[in-house]
Amino acid sequence: MIRDITIGQYYPAQSRIHRLDPRVKIVCTLLFLVSLFIQNSLLGYVVATVFLGCVIRLSKVPLKFIVKGLKPVVILLLFTVVMNLFLTRGGNTLVHFWIFTITESGLRTSVLMAVRLIYLVMGSSIMTFTTSPNGLTDGMESLLHPLNRLNVPVHEVAMMMSIALRFIPILLEETDKIMKAQMARGADFESGNIIQRAKAMIPILVPLFVSAFRRANDLAMAMESRCYHGGEGRTKMKPLKYKAGDIRAYIFTVLYVVMMFAVGRFVPFRLWIF
Amino acid sequence: MSIALEHVNYVYSPGTAYEKQALKDVSFEIEQGQFVGIIGHTGSGKSTLIQHLNGLVKATSGRILYEGQNIYDEGYDMRKLRSQVGLVFQYPEYQLFEADVLSDVCFGPKNQGLSPEECEARAKEALEMVGFPEKYYRQSPFELSGGQKRRAAIAGILAMRPKVLVLDEPTAGLDPKGRDEILDQVEYLHKETGMTVILVSHSMEDIARYVERIIVMNHGEKMLDGSPREVFSHYKELEKVGLAAPQVTYVMHDLKRRGFDVLPDATTIEEAADEIMKSFEKTRSSK
Amino acid sequence: MIHAKELVYEYDKRDEEGNVIGTNRAIDGVDIDVPQGSFVAVLGHNGSGKSTLAKHMNAILVPTGGTMWVDGRDTRDPDELWNVRQTAGMVFQNPDNQIIGTVVEEDVGFGPENLGVPTDEIWKRVEDSLRAVGMIEYRKSSPNKLSGGQKQRVAIAGVIAMEPKCIVLDEPTAMLDPNGRKEVIRAVEKLRKEKNVTVILITHYMEEVIDADQVFVMDDGHIVMHGTPREIFSRVDELKTYRMDVPQVTMLAEELRKRGLDLPKGILRREELVEALCRLR
Repeated sequence: MIRDITIGQYYPAQSRIHRLDPRVKIVCTLLFLVSLFIQNSLLGYVVATVFLGCVIRLSKVPLKFIVKGLKPVVILLLFTVVMNLFLTRGGNTLVHFWIFTITESGLRTSVLMAVRLIYLVMGSSIMTFTTSPNGLTDGMESLLHPLNRLNVPVHEVAMMMSIALRFIPILLEETDKIMKAQMARGADFESGNIIQRAKAMIPILVPLFVSAFRRANDLAMAMESRCYHGGEGRTKMKPLKYKAGDIRAYIFTVLYVVMMFAVGRFVPFRLWIF
Repeated sequence: MSIALEHVNYVYSPGTAYEKQALKDVSFEIEQGQFVGIIGHTGSGKSTLIQHLNGLVKATSGRILYEGQNIYDEGYDMRKLRSQVGLVFQYPEYQLFEADVLSDVCFGPKNQGLSPEECEARAKEALEMVGFPEKYYRQSPFELSGGQKRRAAIAGILAMRPKVLVLDEPTAGLDPKGRDEILDQVEYLHKETGMTVILVSHSMEDIARYVERIIVMNHGEKMLDGSPREVFSHYKELEKVGLAAPQVTYVMHDLKRRGFDVLPDATTIEEAADEIMKSFEKTRSSK
Repeated sequence: MIHAKELVYEYDKRDEEGNVIGTNRAIDGVDIDVPQGSFVAVLGHNGSGKSTLAKHMNAILVPTGGTMWVDGRDTRDPDELWNVRQTAGMVFQNPDNQIIGTVVEEDVGFGPENLGVPTDEIWKRVEDSLRAVGMIEYRKSSPNKLSGGQKQRVAIAGVIAMEPKCIVLDEPTAMLDPNGRKEVIRAVEKLRKEKNVTVILITHYMEEVIDADQVFVMDDGHIVMHGTPREIFSRVDELKTYRMDVPQVTMLAEELRKRGLDLPKGILRREELVEALCRLR
């Protein structure tokens, strides 16, 4: 059900990863994502797996939780795998029936692509699981601070993101409730053609919008009454300061990226087609 | 003509970190025409329980019989069940969506496949039943006062002509007069139409005043089941699970302790006043 | 502390196209005076204007007629806006819609951050406030995992952390169950005793105002009753005309009086009624 979506959620725990500066986590996550794309060898994926494994271990977030975060991208994943599997040509043909052909390089690409995508999602969800949304937005704000000079409202954007993250679970729960309430009035969301189904969404969407407006109104009032007036003159409860652990994390990640690069380029290790 | 639960269990998100048994072996039967109250603190499973009654939530194990038929049987008409067991959620006004009140109340009957004329007739009948003023029929539901919104939303369920009406905290957020008006209207409906009413409420005073039978839920289990007098005589157990008896019940117990010759199980103001007056008359005549 | 004189608040009534077709008076000539350190309750049915009045105390709304002073500051003075809001903190009805932070302690720190309080001081205040409302063990929790009563206590802590002289609670218990209601009222009670803050409680639950120093009853934008809880609760029939009721104990005493028992008026608590009945015997 709706409440199973874990992506973008914070998982409170006391771990080394949780304690890292959010800026470190954002930058390192980006580096990790880049590292997945700069090479394409089996050994490289082994290195990436070890790195990811270590980070997950250190983060104390249960693996089950992270795997659940993959649910929303399963369709995309399957789509990519199938497309790559059947459409990539090259190397020996492994299977051939009717119009479908699976080649060695098709299999290779689709498997590696799947792993790459999975790691991509896992890597970024580790970041959101271990960083409170406020920390995350603080980190973004700080990293994007130079853009302020170009008149980009960095603080406001960061605040908006943080509010969005806070209200995701609330609105999901609300959607669930409204759906049930309309079902209790005999609404049917499952049968009919596309147009009928789209129409059946109106009784959900209208109340949802009304409620979102009401909440927005309330929240704005609550923020104002607590003297919120934009980023100017604001102090921080948790100002970002690099500590020794943060520097270590940077170094560790950079070393990892270099390793990935080196392994992908210079170590000719192959196993069957991979 | 009844709803019966037989050994109903319900487990939330089984197999995950959030696994939680929300209902544990719950069994009871509610006869057609009863006025039943369900009480329990937040998280006691009462909301989950009532969502079983119209099939919105499916039990992990156990059976639910509506008019003798198991609602989990293959091919059972769930939508018909939902029109017969009308469930009014907490803050039901948040489900209003149409441009005007009348069309919104028509939503239920329309889903039952009735003709537009019939829908409108039923909607008007339902709005009348809840005492909704006719002059607002064509107004947007979003412009009404809180109490009127609530009525319109309850009418949205009544328009399906349910035989059982389940209300989850129908008075939450209303002021005292609004609360009394809604509950009086429900009681009137119950008397006029013989409809079964199941009322979930946090207010022991309200429950004691209106219902003939109380089911107490605690940690997903049925803890007590009986008349208000019986149930509230267990006030000490109720307190242990975060509930209480109506204030007057406590007054009566205090009086009894101080040597008054009263039966301490009164649950409403009238019962308590009768009992106290009786005891005063007794002492007077014995003097 | 809070002082209103001939306060009027009008807003435009509009038709469907948005044209002004008249004005509504949500508040109509209200005079109110709340001394520093006192506990004042404002009662009234939904739509009586009590919430509109509350919003004036925090300068979310400014009067269209008359004046509202908060700690001697005119709320219409734009230069005093932030001072007014810091002096009179506000807690709202819906617990979900007033928590900004995604972690309890960060939410409590939100107000002080806006005030530009230095970091070390923010931490101190956050800890103090969470302790004051008994939520310190939840400091690292997500607000979404808390009960309604706990969320409201976090909201109160968020206000306390701004060190206001006065807290305005606008129906803080309306969406809570009885246990949550008790939690919140107890937390407010404790604050009043320990921090000597002025408390203004807007509500329609009579049980919550028994300990108030003064009670105001509003109807249709006016103050229609004013007095101590005992004075107010001895006028049961009048309260009913304003869509209010009284605690069940008061009701029972009233019923017994009607049936001829010589009980004093305005009984508020169970013990009082029992004592009074014992004396009659």
